[in-house]
Amino acid sequence: MEPAITVAGLEKSYGAVDAVRGIDLEVSRGEVFAFVGPNGAGKTTTVEILEGYRTRSAGEVAVLGVDPGRGDRRWRSRIGVVLQESELERSLTVRESVALYAGYYPRPLPVAEAIAAVGLDGQVDQRAGKLSGGQKRRLDVALALVGDPDLLFLDEPTTGFDPAARRGAWEMVANLRALGKTVFLTTHYMDEAQHLADRVAIIAEGRIVALGAPGDLGSALEERATVVRFRLPPGLGPGELPSDLAGAVVTSRAPVELRTTRPTATLAALCGWAAERHLELADLEATRPSLEDVYLELTAAAAGERPEEAPAPGAARPAEADR
Amino acid sequence: MTAPAVSSAGEAPAGLGWAVRDCWTETTRHLRALPRNPEVLAFATIQPVMFVLLFAYVFGGSISVPGFADYKQFLIPGIFAQTVLFGSSFAAVGLAEDMSKGIADRLRSLPMWEPAVLVGRTLADVLRNLITFVVMLLVAFAIGFRFEGSIVEAAAATGVLLAFAYSFTWINALVGISIGSVEAANSASFTWIFPLTFVSSAFVDPRTMPSWLEPVARNNPFTLATNATRALYNGLPPGEDLWLALAWAGGLTAIFAVLTVRRFTTTS
Repeated sequence: MEPAITVAGLEKSYGAVDAVRGIDLEVSRGEVFAFVGPNGAGKTTTVEILEGYRTRSAGEVAVLGVDPGRGDRRWRSRIGVVLQESELERSLTVRESVALYAGYYPRPLPVAEAIAAVGLDGQVDQRAGKLSGGQKRRLDVALALVGDPDLLFLDEPTTGFDPAARRGAWEMVANLRALGKTVFLTTHYMDEAQHLADRVAIIAEGRIVALGAPGDLGSALEERATVVRFRLPPGLGPGELPSDLAGAVVTSRAPVELRTTRPTATLAALCGWAAERHLELADLEATRPSLEDVYLELTAAAAGERPEEAPAPGAARPAEADR
Repeated sequence: MTAPAVSSAGEAPAGLGWAVRDCWTETTRHLRALPRNPEVLAFATIQPVMFVLLFAYVFGGSISVPGFADYKQFLIPGIFAQTVLFGSSFAAVGLAEDMSKGIADRLRSLPMWEPAVLVGRTLADVLRNLITFVVMLLVAFAIGFRFEGSIVEAAAATGVLLAFAYSFTWINALVGISIGSVEAANSASFTWIFPLTFVSSAFVDPRTMPSWLEPVARNNPFTLATNATRALYNGLPPGEDLWLALAWAGGLTAIFAVLTVRRFTTTS
């Protein structure tokens, strides 16, 4: 089946500002795809191009096989859009709002079904203006869902939510997946992307700096060193450690911090050495960088590249491929 | 206006039919919200009622206009005209709000004929203006205003008023979507509507104005609309004012609807 979304070499400039600087990606049918990045990374610009709200400066884009710039009524009836910021008709009730939007679609879902899918069954007769922030957002999703679209765009569906509302929103996305919808969501929370998405693209400074299943992104990190941290008893310095700790490198002295790509071997050697001398290594711990760390590292690195301005040829990362 | 069915080629389920249906759905969206925002309706009626009473009693005794035994018969059609024109500025505020709060963008994501957002809004505004008008009319009757002509003439006068106000709704729609800020849209509308309605025949005969102002007032399209409705309500022949007023209404509607729709549907 043709992919839900294909993007190749997408660029968008606003005057002198390059918001998107060459994005390639593909989203399959039925996939939940997350676009993660800090504010100003180009997430919303990209989504708005995919939704047909913005023109692009360069590149090829197909959403459900159609160029969003030429999306007609039939195309639009197959996508659902939840914008980052949009208010609802405050004086209409949940049911009325959903029924109103259903009126624009050729084959809408039953109103009650769309409301149930977002978990607003208990609020059907409440006016939109009286809903909580999380409920409003869910109503917004119900409005996008009622046309029974194949593809849903959710732009930062949980920004500003308290933890409970966020959990609720996560369940809702799980529901959308169960309904077989393709979901393209943006977020600046890495844990959210990890929890919800089949695949994650990390975007920074208008480029994709990493792309893959949350698990694969994790294994890309295997390369990155595990950090082993502990304190030596008074009087001992890192100089006393055995010279061969499976290739570990000392990166800090108090507490001692080692970086190793072979944590098991390093720990075995370290613990053997300490046990032999009857030493207790206080606060011993080994940590792998979390996805969050990778995300911060990658986005910080991209931000650091920025002053070079011109797209430095050799500096390109694999994910952003040459175009 | 040209037929709207061109926007998305052969995909439209029923061409003009769905455009009309979308416009109607959008209109009902506003109409349904109307009774639930009583404060909006209150503002839309209290102010006109106040104007009728203030002008009739404050100026009523001191102003006399040749050809009219009672100043009220002269004044009240002018207030009607001014009020419905003020009412047209709701479009500027409402659309500026829709634009700034992302409602317009949200609606654009729907498989609808895009201009329906604008057409629905302006049509709903006509209805709200009609409600305002009816309230004003009742107050006017209570203080002694009468239709001196036939009921057909009175209906025609009302039609001219609403058609003229409708054309200004489109000007205000363009202001609203261009400005995008509710407060700015509000004052932007009033800075030109206010002088437009006062430098006219609405309250006094332009011949009493300074010589440099008189031709401005006399050729003001609002004067034409006021004169035509005043004549019809008083059972007098409206003469060419009627056709000129309708021509202005039609022309302004055509021009500003096209400009507004074009601006609204252009993406960046």
